Order: sequence, then structure tokens, then C-alpha cells
Amino acid sequence: MATRLQFENNCEVGVFSKLTNAYCLVAIGGSENFYSAFESELADVIPIVKTSIGGTRIIGRLCAGNKNGLLVPHTTTDQELQHLRNSLPDQVVVQRIEERLSALGNCIACNDHVALAHTDLDKETEEIIADVLGVEVFRQTIAGNILVGSYCALSNRGGIVHPHTSVEDLDELSTLLQVPLVAGTVNRGSEVIAAGMTVNDWTAFCGSDTTATELSVIDSIFKLREAQPSSIVDEMRKSLIDTYV
Amino acid sequence: MDQDSSGMFKVQQTIGSVVCCKCGVPMPPNAANMCVNCLRSEVDITEGLQKSIQIFYCPECGCYLQPPKTWIKAQWESRDLLSFCIKRLKNLNKVRLKNAEFVWTEPHSKRIKLKLTVQAEVLNGAVLEQSYPVEYTVRDNLCESCSRFQANPDQWVASVQLRQHVSHRRSFFYLEQLILRHDAASRAVRIKQVHQGIDFFFGNKSHADSFVDFLSKVVPIEYRQDKQLVSHDVKSSLYNYKYTYSVKICPICREDLICLPSKVSSSLGNLGPLVVCTKVSDRITLLDPRTLRCAFLDARQYWRSGFQSALTSRQLVKYSVFYVEPPVGEATVGGQKYALSYVLIARESDIGKMLTVQTHLGHILKTGDQALGYDIYGANVNDDEMAEYRLHGRLPEAILIKKCYDKERERKKGKPRAFTTKKLPMEMDESRGGRGVDPGKMENEYEEFLRDLEENPELRFNISLYKNKDYQESDETASMTDGEGAPTVPIEELLAELELSEEGEGDGEDDMDE
Repeated sequence: MATRLQFENNCEVGVFSKLTNAYCLVAIGGSENFYSAFESELADVIPIVKTSIGGTRIIGRLCAGNKNGLLVPHTTTDQELQHLRNSLPDQVVVQRIEERLSALGNCIACNDHVALAHTDLDKETEEIIADVLGVEVFRQTIAGNILVGSYCALSNRGGIVHPHTSVEDLDELSTLLQVPLVAGTVNRGSEVIAAGMTVNDWTAFCGSDTTATELSVIDSIFKLREAQPSSIVDEMRKSLIDTYV
Repeated sequence: MDQDSSGMFKVQQTIGSVVCCKCGVPMPPNAANMCVNCLRSEVDITEGLQKSIQIFYCPECGCYLQPPKTWIKAQWESRDLLSFCIKRLKNLNKVRLKNAEFVWTEPHSKRIKLKLTVQAEVLNGAVLEQSYPVEYTVRDNLCESCSRFQANPDQWVASVQLRQHVSHRRSFFYLEQLILRHDAASRAVRIKQVHQGIDFFFGNKSHADSFVDFLSKVVPIEYRQDKQLVSHDVKSSLYNYKYTYSVKICPICREDLICLPSKVSSSLGNLGPLVVCTKVSDRITLLDPRTLRCAFLDARQYWRSGFQSALTSRQLVKYSVFYVEPPVGEATVGGQKYALSYVLIARESDIGKMLTVQTHLGHILKTGDQALGYDIYGANVNDDEMAEYRLHGRLPEAILIKKCYDKERERKKGKPRAFTTKKLPMEMDESRGGRGVDPGKMENEYEEFLRDLEENPELRFNISLYKNKDYQESDETASMTDGEGAPTVPIEELLAELELSEEGEGDGEDDMDE
């Protein structure tokens, strides 16, 4: 179920937070409201970590990650890196990359299986991504924009892209990513999808300007209505019992 | 999948559809990502624009007020009115005006409705177009000039007082016809006839100025301009004046006999002291009957010396011509042919006394004719110069001026003329009793003026004469067989009056000659 919230009166939730299936990063704000909102949804399921990257609060746009790993830019200080390594679960590999394009969140859009990358990314970086995150990397553009990380919000069940994406592009991307895609908007017609919302397999958080229509689109494409964290565990349990017998 | 002209492989891009973020209706994506209706409901670009406004209209002259002071003439639902209405709206420069048109309202409803279509940019680049109505309330308000006119319709700002100090009104009859022909007094508020002159009243100083200009071109005049303060607005330092032009027409008329002062005579190349004035336009033409030499004096030259005529046309007497000798000299002066010859004449009243005089009318006089001329021998002239010349015995006994057609006119007595003239709408000066104008005298003078017109084609040059509807041609032709008839205006020179009848047009103007 998608939730509407604000970070210090700003609707760009995806800028100040990073949500994956294994963990959640939030920025340090003046009041605790932002953090509490995440906590109320995700408290016992995944760890929620308050952090800054390079001293800034725009952590959502600077780092890219999935349940396997987290990539942070070279501007991250050692203390922050250490803090992240301490707070996140052990199976999550935290790696600092030396890359000219340091806003990794804007350059990389990924879920647990596949990632889209900025066309000008280094070859080494691409290899590191494939390695650390355990994904297949595709260099792509979305509606003619090279910042794929900003204009696409991706989860394992679906994705939303820039509203001006043509039908052919949509098909192509959908084939690459192997998930259903829709061209849509967030935050009352804003085209920068990933900055306006953050999503994982069972929940999504959007800016409070998001209209009911947009919210319903998000719910339907990411299949959030039926998704509860427990239902995933139940499915796993069913398969386990099968093998037992 | 097709190739374009440069050979590059280009994928065909179809625009997908997104849902409107507000209402969920599928639509092609745009800059605001909202459907048009939602965008319109969200943003009103006509906010802050004037939707109703008051304008002032003068019902007398049909003008609309543009504050602070200009009045603009415009027809109902015309382009001028449209642009005026749009100019009156404030804040319209914030949006771009695409289209404006009138919405029909009853003419007596005192409302003008306009439908304006404007375009403005909203929300990150989307351009929205919207139409909205504007209502104008029309209020009646007389403009300044109309209100001034309403208060006192006879009010004039400038007046031209035209005077000629002679005992007849021939020049004024001629001037009247000229003015009618050139429409010079069309803007006069009032025209008044006074003793020895005419007064013209105008509503505007420039009208009076142009009238005086016109006069200076047709008669030799001298004028002065004076003004009188009527009111004075202290705050804005505006002064209201009444202007008066005092115009004097030169007192020398056609057919006058003039004895030139010696100075003038020598400055004109020793033109004989006695000269006849043959034509008055913007210059006076003086003809010496003895040498057939001509001189022209314009207004300034005349008033430098300011001489008066010795004998005027009132003092013309009839002479009978007994014998005309063959001409000794001929000349064409100013378009007119003259022939110098000696004639044997005698005064009608004193047939016994025969005189042989030199005359310049040798080309038209024949034995048995009657002529009009000045009797210098017997005249009592109040002129020092002439008295001096008389002392030295250098004056001729008589000077003939023109041929007399009285005998021929006898036949036509009582029959109407072939032409009529129009008149200016003049008021008569009733106020001064003794010095008022005598109607009987006026008629005689007018009759003489008409005869003058018949005899002199050059006088008719600048005048419009109209066909007399009552005139019948057949009578005239009968009398024409008895030899030479009285001179008349040839029928080609006459204009037919424009008659507007109910069915459309009557006679049109057929001006073939001029």
C-alpha cells in the first residue's frame, strides 16, 4: 500500500530516502516525523538506518542499491561508510566507487535482478555494479534522458517511467527489465519519478502532493494491494512444507 | 521501422498515453501531465484581468472618451471601437491576446460585450488558452465641444469682418458667388450682412484663418487680427479668447476711373494719370486707355499708396456713338483684345455737342451703338490730382468704358434669364435703422450684377451658374433673328442643379465647359 508523506514540507521523498527489500536508508531531518513514518510501516521487517552521505541529506540520489549490496560515491566519508557497514545486515555489501558521475542514484536504476545505467558510466563501474549488486546491467535512455535513475522507479514487480516515453521505448525497456512498465507521473504531474517516490516489493512511499489517480496507478503497477511482507514469507513457507513432505 | 533521408535507421516513435494525474482520464502526455479540463480548473489565467469596465460616450457626436481628454469617434461594432475597448483594459499585457470579437448586445442596452481569447504559460511550460467575456457599461456624457454648443449654439470663437468702403455692393455679390463655388464659408456658424460689408462667425480660429487665406487669394485685402480674453483658467493657465479679423477689401472696383498720384504713376513707368480698372482678382489690373498699357498692383503695392478712385460706375453716363474710325493700334492685354481708335460721340442727354475722343473699345463699338463712359469734362470730382491735371488741360473730355446693351435688353424685358444663382444664408442687419440696407436698392444692384455676368465671360470663370428651370428656349430663338441680341450666358456653361428625388437621382451635374 502506498503511503503519502513529506520530508520537512518537501514532497520529494525519493531524494531523502532509499528503500530496498533488505534495508531502508533515511536522511537526518530536523524532526523525527519522516523516520517515524518509515518505522510505522517497516519496523520489524527491515532495518531503517539514518545516515548522511558526504555530509549531505540527499542520500536517495547519491547511492544506488538492492538487497545484495549498496554503492556509495567517492564523496562518502569514512565514518559514514563505517556507520553503514555497521548498521546494515551482513549480506549487504557496501562498496564505495570512484566514479566521475557521483550521483549514483540518478545514474543507476536497479532492482534485485537487473539494472539500467547512465550511458556515460565507466566500464569499471559497470563491472562493479554487476558484481556487487548481482544484476545484469543495461545502458539505456528513458524518453531521451540519460539520467535513468531519476526518471524511472523500479521494483521486482513493476516500474514507472517518464510520462513522455514512447510506446516502442516502453516495450523495449519492459523486455529488458522483464517487468511490466507504465508511463506515469508522481506528485501531481511531476516527471521526475524516482525523486518523488521510493518503492520496494511490498510498499511504496510517495510525496504528499501525489493525487489519488497517481496513487492508484502506483498501486496497480507495483502490485502493492495484495502485497504484505507476511504474504511473501507465507509463500516461501508453502514451498518449504512441500519439500518437507 | 523506416529509414529517413540521411540513411540513419530511426525507430518510429508513437506517443504513448498516460493518465491525467487528477482525473485519471487517459491523454497524451503534456508539460503539466494534466488533462486540459483539470488544468483549466486548476489554473485560471484570466485571474486579475478586468472583466467589466465603464466607458463614456457622447451621443451628440458619437465619440468615446479616452481619458483624460481625448474623444475618439467610432461606429457601433467597428474595428476602431474594438481597438479602443481593448486599449481601455488594464493588465492585458500579462497575457497574450489571441482573438477578440464582439458579442451581440441590443444597441439600446448601453452594454458592449467582448469575447477575448488569451494565452498564457502555466506550470512549467504548458501554454493554456482561455476565452472569457468582458462587459463594458456605456455611459452618456456630452463631450466638451458638444456641451459648449448646447449651452450657447451661437457661440463663436473667431469672426471675420469683411468691409469695403464703397457705395455699392457689387464686390460682395461676386464674392458671395466665389465663396459658394469654393465652399469657403461652409464652416461658418453665422453669416451676417451689415452696411458696407459682411460678417462671418466661426467656431474655430483655424477655420477663420483659412477663410481669410482664401479671401487674400481672390481679392486684394488688408487685415489685422485682434483678440479678446473671454475666460482664464488660473490653475492650468488656459486662456480662452475671441479672435476678430478686420478685413478691408481694396476700394478700387472694376470700371472705376482712377487718377494716379504722380508717385504711383512714375513707379509704374509713367502710366498716364487717368487709368481704368479692368479686372480685380488678387491683383488690380489698371489699363491706360490712351496707350493701351497695363499695370498690375497686388494688395501690398496698392496699400503702400492707397489711392482712391476718382469716378465710380455710378457716375457712368450714356453716350451715342456716331462714327468709329478704323483702329490705329491694337493690343491684347491680359487676355482681352483692345483696339485704339477715335470715335465721334455725344452724350445722350446733350446730343448736340459732339466730341471726338480716343477710346480703347475700338474692337466692339460700331456706328449707332450706345456706350457708357465717364464725362470728365462735366464731372465734379473731389480729387486734387485731377484738379491739377485739369488746370494744365491735359485731361480728355470723356472716357468710354463699356458698350451699352440697353436697347437689346428692351426686347427681353420681363422674360426670365437662362440662369439662376445660389445665395449664401445671410442674416440682414436690422439693428441700425438709417444705415440699414435698402431692399429695393439691393435688387437693382443685383440686377446690374447679373447683367455684368452676362456681358463678361471672364467674370463667370470662377462662378457656378445653374440652369433656370422656368426658362424656355423657344422665345429666345425667335428674337435672335433680329440681328445681334443681348449677350447671354451660353447654355454649355450652366450647371444643372442636383435634385435628389424619392426614386433616387434626378438630374446630375453636367459641367461640360469648365
